[in-house]
Amino acid sequence: MKPKIAFFDFTGCEGCQLEVINFETEIVDLLNLVDIVNFREAMTERSDDYDIAFIDGCISTESDITRIKAIRDQAKILVTIGSCSSLGGVNCLKNFYPMEEVLKVVYGKDAKYYNTIPARPVSAVVPVDYSLPQCPVNRFEFIDLTKAVLLGKKPERPNYPVCVECKLAENGCVFDKGGTCLGPVTRAGCGAICITNGRHCWGCRGLVDEPNINSEKEILKEHGLTVEDMLKKFRIYDGWLEVSK
Amino acid sequence: MTNMNIKVHHVTRVEGHGNITVNTKDGKVEEVKWEIPESPRFFEAMMRGLHYHDVNHVSPRICGICSLAHSTASIEATEAAFGIQPSEQTILLRKLLFHAETLQSHVLHCYFLAAPDLLNVGSVFPLVETHTDVVLRALRLKKLANDLADLIAGRKTHPLTPVAGGFTKFPEVSQLKAMKQRLVEALPDLDETVKLFKALKMPDFVRETEYIALKKPDEYAFIGGDIASTDTGTTPVTNYLEMTNEFCVPQSTAKFSKHNRNSYMVGALARFNNNYSQLLPKAAKVAEELGLKAPCYNPFMNNIAQVVESVHAVEDALAIIDKLAARGIKPEKPIEKVKAGRGIGAVEAPRGILFHDYTFDEKGILVKANLIIPTNQNHNSIQEDFEAIVSQMIDRPQEEVRQTLEMLVRAYDPCISCSTHLLEVKFT
Repeated sequence: MKPKIAFFDFTGCEGCQLEVINFETEIVDLLNLVDIVNFREAMTERSDDYDIAFIDGCISTESDITRIKAIRDQAKILVTIGSCSSLGGVNCLKNFYPMEEVLKVVYGKDAKYYNTIPARPVSAVVPVDYSLPQCPVNRFEFIDLTKAVLLGKKPERPNYPVCVECKLAENGCVFDKGGTCLGPVTRAGCGAICITNGRHCWGCRGLVDEPNINSEKEILKEHGLTVEDMLKKFRIYDGWLEVSK
Repeated sequence: MTNMNIKVHHVTRVEGHGNITVNTKDGKVEEVKWEIPESPRFFEAMMRGLHYHDVNHVSPRICGICSLAHSTASIEATEAAFGIQPSEQTILLRKLLFHAETLQSHVLHCYFLAAPDLLNVGSVFPLVETHTDVVLRALRLKKLANDLADLIAGRKTHPLTPVAGGFTKFPEVSQLKAMKQRLVEALPDLDETVKLFKALKMPDFVRETEYIALKKPDEYAFIGGDIASTDTGTTPVTNYLEMTNEFCVPQSTAKFSKHNRNSYMVGALARFNNNYSQLLPKAAKVAEELGLKAPCYNPFMNNIAQVVESVHAVEDALAIIDKLAARGIKPEKPIEKVKAGRGIGAVEAPRGILFHDYTFDEKGILVKANLIIPTNQNHNSIQEDFEAIVSQMIDRPQEEVRQTLEMLVRAYDPCISCSTHLLEVKFT
């Protein structure tokens, strides 16, 4: 029998599910290996019987918490895809403000009728087996991980910083151009796509294990930047690390 | 007279979450409700304090499907605030990129989200076996649109190269020419798309309402222009708050909108109803062939308007590539200019008119933001259509009514995650 896989979206932009749908021909191949039993963005049928659950979006309401716990109970393997479910992602930017203020800014006088809780990654609520942070999810990594899980292998992820891939891509260093970049402490695997396209690294894949913070500090110092400058950049995707402490 | 009791929790094949509730008793409507329980995001609150480059980076994350529309609106608002006038090359590349999103979103919606209803299946997946050619054609068109967006923006979902003042990386003219070749080769696929949708029967339902879209003097508007209403004519974008009038309703985490009537519609059909005379020749012909005539008051025909716009997008993309190829691509540095002030960006996202309104301080840090999302503007129209459909179909089987209501929601192509004005509802 084919393994049953399910997709569940929480608080987010649904760009990760779209990236999976965008896998055009490969998604058709994937259908030969698994049964997709739940994929609200693409299909009407739904089932509560599944082996692998892919989660995108962060946890940001009380009902999100109840729902993710039920999914965890059912799924043999739970995988978070994208930065929101894996790291908390951009949603955690709101955690830097009091929730009452956030509600008031958006809803004014009607704010009193509503409620919200600080945004958090799935791992802050239930155990997660594998996570694939990147905004949006790296669909090649998604396919590789799915294959590995189906074969019963442990998926591997690079444990070196984006700088390595950036050098391979022959990009000039962002710091040398006067910018701030999180490449030195961020886990590689994206091919340094942002820097290759003329931008800098925002840290959407999360930290490498044991990031070399001292070396990053050195680089910042060399370029007249402060840890504050960097932290502010890091908040965009990894604010949860800062506020959860 | 039978009673109806419809409860659809999280309508499928739409972007985001919406619920339908219908109760009728003895042939009388007791309750008809379109609910939006989407989790709140609070972008307007949480983007405050970010540098404008980061605002332009974060705001596309409002929505994965229309991230390019949000990116463009965000950039346009930023440029308006700083007084930046983008170069001709930037304007051309921006338009070309925008067409890529319109095409990919319309193809995704028409084929994957809407067509399964018309072909009586639950999703596109069973069509892989029964209608292989249809699915492969949809995938080809979608891939083409995605590849075009990738070429210009570095990535379709959450673009990288578009920034306030220009782009950070440029396609080669040879790459654009190769893309043109592929667009030309895709024309037969578009012809087949027209044939497919001509053969599918749209529900026969009419409810006259107000249609709001951007309008420009010289082209079928997607980026910038004035706000046009089929009821009240045009007004500058700076008056957008008077047009959109958002208000909170207890059943919804999203705000609702109204203007001249109780509700108005935005999206492909609203654009068509306001700007049909500016469609390019092939698209105008397709509209005629598909029986789409302005003013059209059948919301289900929004799908058809999307097919027409897909043709328009490809036609215009071909013309823009010719222009870019003739003038050559220069690696222009993005225009950097920062000053304190407020700016409004308005674009036609695939599903309707979208506003980003930003106020920056003198360092380019965001002080205040207001975002008005197309789907929010449509919620009230969906609710009013629901009420009309349920009273018209009150003696029909419940299952048929449920399916029609779900189809209606899909016809609007709602992008509920986009609805940034969201909050959690408590029923008391």
